[in-house]
Amino acid sequence: MLIIKVLGSGCANCKKLEAIAHQVVEQMGIEVEVIKVTEYPDIMAYDVMSTPGLVINEKVVSYGRIPAPAEVTAWITNALETENP
Amino acid sequence: MTTLTSPSVPQSEKKTFVLLSFAVVLWLIAYNFIQPLANWISFDLLRLESESRLGESVAFFLYDVPKILLLLSGMVFLISIVRTFFSPERTRALLGGKREGLGNVFAAMLGIVTPFCSCSAVPLFIGFVEAGIPLGVTFSFLIAAPTINEVAIILLLGLFGWKVAGLYVASGLVVAIVAGFIIGRLKMERYVADFVWKVHRKTKVTDEKLTWSDRIERAWQSVKEIVGRVWLYVVVGIAVGAGIHGYVPEDALVSILGAQAWWSVPLAVLIGIPLYSNAAGIVPIVGTLIEKGASVGTALAFMMSVIGLSLPEAVILKRVLKMPLLVTFFVVIAIAIIFTGYLFNLVL
Repeated sequence: MLIIKVLGSGCANCKKLEAIAHQVVEQMGIEVEVIKVTEYPDIMAYDVMSTPGLVINEKVVSYGRIPAPAEVTAWITNALETENP
Repeated sequence: MTTLTSPSVPQSEKKTFVLLSFAVVLWLIAYNFIQPLANWISFDLLRLESESRLGESVAFFLYDVPKILLLLSGMVFLISIVRTFFSPERTRALLGGKREGLGNVFAAMLGIVTPFCSCSAVPLFIGFVEAGIPLGVTFSFLIAAPTINEVAIILLLGLFGWKVAGLYVASGLVVAIVAGFIIGRLKMERYVADFVWKVHRKTKVTDEKLTWSDRIERAWQSVKEIVGRVWLYVVVGIAVGAGIHGYVPEDALVSILGAQAWWSVPLAVLIGIPLYSNAAGIVPIVGTLIEKGASVGTALAFMMSVIGLSLPEAVILKRVLKMPLLVTFFVVIAIAIIFTGYLFNLVL
């Protein structure tokens, strides 16, 4: 199963990104676990200095901005393909 | 090693540039149209006397609000384009080999152009310190980034010209360089929260590869975000400024905020600390105060205190700084701002 992590200490933009992630997952109708990462040491483990960050299957796909839903969809599709070739 | 691949969103470069040129033309037409429109509304439509105080205030307001909002949108767009070339990751790499002294100067200047949001202050701090950038250099960056605020620069430029805007940037740089250098000299590394030194990076983020469409798209996003956040403050600020413009007599403020009173600078800084997030609204007021005879150093000190010294930021930084360092951080910046205020009062 795909694991999506939203990195951010709880700022407004982090919440927006989390909402987009949930929305995209629902639209795609796939089973995905969305985890919020709020502790700084855990965020820094991904080397993300500007929040919010988005991690799909342990790969940092975006940071420091709120990506468009279309981008998130593309990243998830990409990750699904690598998962089940 | 993680690389960022931007997904292929079907959008041609050409389309973006056509849209952009269209926006530029619209912007220019609007910008040249607002002065006659403001005069027509105030003096023809509302039939106000052009020599009266009310007429002057209304015309000033009707001209300044659209002018500043247009200027703000245009400039934020340009600045955001520039900022797509300076990610925090690149800034960290640039500061990596720098020593104290020159490092503080670089850090303060990079603080102006690197995109920064106060919610990212802690990850930035950890990322810099953990990469081996000296504490004082890191602080120069962390002071400059929020203190030299792009919205404030644009508003000062639009309302009072390049001289005041330049002085604001210069004083922000001086404060950031000096305060960062002093904190570095105090050798307070042991007052950084212990977990910061133990952070272990699992992956390393590399710089994104951006096309011009990406840059324009992101700049447009930040125009919407920033202008959407500050426009109301700007309108209210200009309304108060317009009131002062029309009603408060010249030199009425000189005795209170003029350079003569030695206590005016520290007092301005003290009053500025609890005021926060109204950076966009405070500029038109402060600028108008300068026009009416308040001394520039005092006004700039007040502004920097409002924008740069904030309690919410202290609460955020509390997560990574132990009390002695947090207090030192605040006191050193406050002293540096007061010093800069006196300096500009003396020189100008």
